[in-house]
Amino acid sequence: MMRRTAYTVIGVLILCVMLFPVYWMLNASLQPSGNTLTAGFLPLNPTFSGYKRALDEQGGNLVTSMIIAAGTVVLSLAIATPCAYALSQFRSRWVSVGLLAILISQMIPGIVIANALYTAYERIGLLNSIPGLIVANCSSGIPFAILILRSFMLSLPPSLVEAARVDGAGLFRAFVAIVLPISKNSLITAGLFSFLFSWSDFLFALTLTTKGGVRPVTLGIYQYLGTQVQNWNAVMATAVLSAVPAIVLLIAAQKYIAAGAIGGAVK
Amino acid sequence: MVTLTRTTVAGREKVRGRHHRGESLTKVLFVLPAVVAMVALFGYPVVKNLLMSLQDYGLKTFFTGAAPWVGLKNYSTVVTDKLFSDAMLNTALFTVGSIAFQFAIGLGLALFFRNRFPLSGLLRSLLLLPWLLPLIVSSATWRSILEQDSGILNRTLLKLHLIGDPVPWLNSPSVALIAVIGVNIWIGIPFNVTLLYSGLAEIPDELYEAGQLDGATGWRAFWYITWPNLRAVASVLLMLGVVYTIKVLDIILGLTGGGPANATQTLATQSYEKSFVDFRFGQGAALSNILIAISFVFAIFYLRGTRRAVDE
Repeated sequence: MMRRTAYTVIGVLILCVMLFPVYWMLNASLQPSGNTLTAGFLPLNPTFSGYKRALDEQGGNLVTSMIIAAGTVVLSLAIATPCAYALSQFRSRWVSVGLLAILISQMIPGIVIANALYTAYERIGLLNSIPGLIVANCSSGIPFAILILRSFMLSLPPSLVEAARVDGAGLFRAFVAIVLPISKNSLITAGLFSFLFSWSDFLFALTLTTKGGVRPVTLGIYQYLGTQVQNWNAVMATAVLSAVPAIVLLIAAQKYIAAGAIGGAVK
Repeated sequence: MVTLTRTTVAGREKVRGRHHRGESLTKVLFVLPAVVAMVALFGYPVVKNLLMSLQDYGLKTFFTGAAPWVGLKNYSTVVTDKLFSDAMLNTALFTVGSIAFQFAIGLGLALFFRNRFPLSGLLRSLLLLPWLLPLIVSSATWRSILEQDSGILNRTLLKLHLIGDPVPWLNSPSVALIAVIGVNIWIGIPFNVTLLYSGLAEIPDELYEAGQLDGATGWRAFWYITWPNLRAVASVLLMLGVVYTIKVLDIILGLTGGGPANATQTLATQSYEKSFVDFRFGQGAALSNILIAISFVFAIFYLRGTRRAVDE
């Protein structure tokens, strides 16, 4: 018993060390404004001026990020789910080709995609646009969602859909009526990750926007960082606000997150 | 009655035939959107980058549309650039340093969490937080921690008399790369713990029980039971580690922007700068193609390795 308690204590200590930067972000966000970081270890006189400033200056960018992330989830899942089903249930020599293509896609650096999309977007007028960023962010959402959903759908017995087919339902109807509801958990996992990928995107925000109009919050933080930081509390308050989705997802959807980390990598 | 049945059967067969053709069309429709997306988001960029790397594709191209073919000139320009060998070395140090420590610390923590104790599941999932944060958020946070004059790290080290003067973590060419690698290790540990833990969990307890009878405990159990059974997971993890780490860009841009004095430039940051700061897309594309080529070499080694393992 003593031994197990000791393990828990050590575990808590490890966690404190690992999460210290997250705590420090929160602490620094509650300090008075200024270009130095004289904060003590505890925010004894917390002030919300950093948050006020962050919301004034970055509020719109947070909304932009939210819209882009939501759009990425919808588009990624709409494209990935039928494909994942096909890759798990249809018998075809193309299945292994598809899987190999997804594997290879993971090796393509984002900067390659940004290079090409920039020149294409420039021509078709998608630079500085929300749809343009949604499409670009699908490059992380779609392959991941296919892998996660497929690894779940492999466990579906074919008889499940066949039963509905006997009753006259077409392949697509059977997919919508039977496969989708059963796959709810893996859809949630894939959706959560697509959201996080898109919300965290910095590279496409940096390269595919050239002027002020559309600016995700990651880009807002980057511009704050500039060369010399003027108001650390506003920077850290924006960082905290940008970390909220990750924190909420981790607390609300713990089991899905670990499943996603493992499923996406191994399968 | 008899004729009626016969026609129905015949009719049904005809329907099934049509059904079949309609069905293979439906099957195609299941994958078509994804195929289009993968081609547009990966196939097109790869081809486009190959072409651009052979062209004089620059700012002028966007106005005149002209991108003359220049053969391999972009490659020779970037490779002979005095920054290239530095960027290669930094990329190698960044990748190897990050992965070695992420893996070693991740394995240590995964083994620790295999001990059954209260709250271990909860602690393990909270540990994932650094991995889920937007990279630019982590960069901003570490910038504040590593700040030379007022950052908490230097203030703490000074108070403990471990250093005499504040260390310019991100401002000195001699330590900046180490600081950047350190931050990247912090970001990657949770992922390594999670995957290695799941690998450990799949090793059957019976193996350890049997090993115990033969005197395999502690280090010997790790060496003769844990490690051989973990090899498959470990090799996937290391391959993914190389492929993901070699192309890291956000963290470096957020922490140092490649500086000071180019001390943290990697192939990825160089490629970004050539394309989006200097607007020399041809040279940027050449650099990113070199990056892809290196990634592929590692992946091929990995695939050959696993195939050999399967053959054995």
